[in-house]
Amino acid sequence: MEASKRQPEPALEAKGISKAYGGIVVLDDVSLTFGRGEVHALIGENGAGKSTLMKILGGYVEPSAGELILNDARVRFSGPRQAEAAGIVLVHQEILLAPHLSIAENIFLGRELHYGLFTDDGAMRQQASSLLASLGSRLDPRSTVADLSIAERQLVQIARALSSRHSFVIFDEPTAALTPVESETLFAVIEALRQRHCGVIYISHRLDEVKRLADRVSVLRDGQLVHSGPARELSPTDMAHLMVGRALGDLYPHKAKSEAAPVVLEVQDLNVAGRVQGASFTLRQGEVLGFAGLIGAGRTELFEGLFGLRKASGQVACDGHRGSVFASVNQAASCGLAYVTEDRKGRGLLLEKSLAQNLTLSRLQQFVRFGLIDNAKEHSALNRAVQRFDIRAPRLDIDAGRLSGGNQQKLLLAKTLLSDPRIVVIDEPTRGVDIGAKQQIYKLIAELAAAGKAVVVISSEMPELIGLCHRIVVMRQGRIAGLLTGDQINERAIVTLATGTEQQAA
Amino acid sequence: MKMTALFQRLNLRQSAPFLALVLLIALGSLVHPNFLTYSNLVQNVAARTAFIAIIAIGATFVMASGGLDLSVGSMAAFTAGAMILFLKSYEADGGALLIAEGMVLAVVVGLLCGLFNGLVVTWGRIEPFIATLGSMVILRSLFTWLANGGSLSISPDLKDIYAPVYTGNVFGLPIPVLVVLVVGAVAALVLYKTPFGRHVLAVGSNEEVARYSGIAIWRVKLLTYVIQGLCVAIAVILYVPRLGSANSATGLYWELQAITAVVVGGTLLKGGRGRIWGTLAGAFFLEIIGNILTLSNVNVYLIGAVQGAIIIIAMLIQRGLYRREI
Repeated sequence: MEASKRQPEPALEAKGISKAYGGIVVLDDVSLTFGRGEVHALIGENGAGKSTLMKILGGYVEPSAGELILNDARVRFSGPRQAEAAGIVLVHQEILLAPHLSIAENIFLGRELHYGLFTDDGAMRQQASSLLASLGSRLDPRSTVADLSIAERQLVQIARALSSRHSFVIFDEPTAALTPVESETLFAVIEALRQRHCGVIYISHRLDEVKRLADRVSVLRDGQLVHSGPARELSPTDMAHLMVGRALGDLYPHKAKSEAAPVVLEVQDLNVAGRVQGASFTLRQGEVLGFAGLIGAGRTELFEGLFGLRKASGQVACDGHRGSVFASVNQAASCGLAYVTEDRKGRGLLLEKSLAQNLTLSRLQQFVRFGLIDNAKEHSALNRAVQRFDIRAPRLDIDAGRLSGGNQQKLLLAKTLLSDPRIVVIDEPTRGVDIGAKQQIYKLIAELAAAGKAVVVISSEMPELIGLCHRIVVMRQGRIAGLLTGDQINERAIVTLATGTEQQAA
Repeated sequence: MKMTALFQRLNLRQSAPFLALVLLIALGSLVHPNFLTYSNLVQNVAARTAFIAIIAIGATFVMASGGLDLSVGSMAAFTAGAMILFLKSYEADGGALLIAEGMVLAVVVGLLCGLFNGLVVTWGRIEPFIATLGSMVILRSLFTWLANGGSLSISPDLKDIYAPVYTGNVFGLPIPVLVVLVVGAVAALVLYKTPFGRHVLAVGSNEEVARYSGIAIWRVKLLTYVIQGLCVAIAVILYVPRLGSANSATGLYWELQAITAVVVGGTLLKGGRGRIWGTLAGAFFLEIIGNILTLSNVNVYLIGAVQGAIIIIAMLIQRGLYRREI
């Protein structure tokens, strides 16, 4: 075992791979060897070229120069199906499933099992079911994908990848949407793949995961390979330094004290049918209140209910409003509340519209003169936002979809904060965001609190909650399971409350 | 060097419908000496384009927001029928004032039809395709009932008073062309420069993002159908004086022509992008094809087939343009 780990047979080799899009080089002469039976982590900031390299290996993109060698033979993929036929499968970071089809139909989409002329639904359901079971999930293969949470959809994608014959599995940030418990299941799957002598290529921003899982670590920066070596020689801090190319300060800003500040929001007995039951909490001025819990615990639903984005009942009291939950985002905004969705691409930004149009979308009335939109005013607002939030774009007239994940997130924050809300709810503030942007977002959250705003952070990353929040509400199965403050805040306490493994007085 | 810079500035995607129009006009002038004349191109073709062009401007709003209105042809027939019936029943003491009242009635009918479509789509949450398919059938049937299965006409005297609205010229431009330009200018201002227009594009681009941004989606959608109704009414006001009557052929296939003009003009069928001037170019483009074919003595029964083929080719070219940058 140890011997095979040290000297894996070179099975998949990238030789001198380069890729340029219209003159912009995203990969520059990268050579890497991926062995079978090892977990090879690929790390780098957003825009470093990881995803492009993965897409080349997975057959989605053809390289501008260089070659791929699989089992000593040169291969060329002109599409993902050819790569799949060669045993290389890619688990996408984005959810690429047909929402109205069932889980089983999605898993076998494009390569349905058939029985003469007809699809063999029974066999597909059975195989889907056993695949899901091997991933530790008890999802019914007949359920519709549209009804699943993001984490559950991610599991379906993994099941889909593993349903074809595979010798290499590429995971592109698989845990970005998963809770710690779900991540553990995935890690077990990866370990099983390694035992079965599969090659695993693993992309993640979570360096502690990389440290734990990987045999080898390769670091990309600005399209170039800057390091490749055994994982045991690198600490997560070393990895971060290699990625960024400079030393990082403390990831989390200093937590300012928040005591005895007035309550700015009081929510009582909030219910969302089937999702949230009897949730009550208070929010104080100048604090960062965390919401922890497993996926499906009802955190997002609670706040979507509060903001009138789904049907909900309950009592709300804040400056300017006393009564039932808000009827619409607009009503909440007029009381100084703003919500940043976890689904940046699907619900937060218009990816095919310009940065300025995205920035001002929910506050257009501020930019109107004589009934018409004042473009000059809009552009000066964009310039200010780019300055304040450090949004990095090659040009300011590009579409939002062309920004990297971190810069999209900063644009979304800028859009939401344009109304200068007193209460900001940020759902998964750093999902799919590189470490440099993460640090900036953490600093921004701390600054908001220091400026007297009240901030709610919903997150599935426990270090983030622990590093940022003054108090943490933990939810479990639609109910508030407990509240942690001060010294009580630690991973163990959160997991205990989130999973209900130990009885604890709330 | 200078040329390439100019070419880069010229956005090929946005200007494609207009370039196609220029090419088509160049082609037409080769085919027939009478084609490239003011009397043919402006007095004849552009004036005849007016009805479809104005309706297509309304359809640009509906489609940019992700909707669809199949009822515009029947709506035009019904509105024209209602207007003619009104004019007929008071034509004894009729004059210019009566015609003005008839125009107001047409606008009210158009707005109500649009409001109905909008409410079925938003309040009733019915797919626009189905909702407006329903109202298409309803309105066509109502018109046939009003006309008692035949046609409706205003008296020759009244027609003489009303006719200049279609045949008249102001500053050498036919009134219908002038109306198209004014409606187009107002529509472009609304779609590109007002918060409402921005909201239309946002809703068409991604309804969820619009909802999470606090936009009242139902109001935006409802208004696009009302705008469509208003545009149909304006088209009817220009249509009635042309022949002074309406019959079962009135408005037939107008919805298809309007949708074609909108899509050829660069508006996305799935919403999120709307091009008012492109729509006008698209409407003109379609009419010019017919005109060139007529001038070059192509069998009239085949004109539709050639038009259809050219539309498909135009869309293939457009798709090629949009794919390149991805």
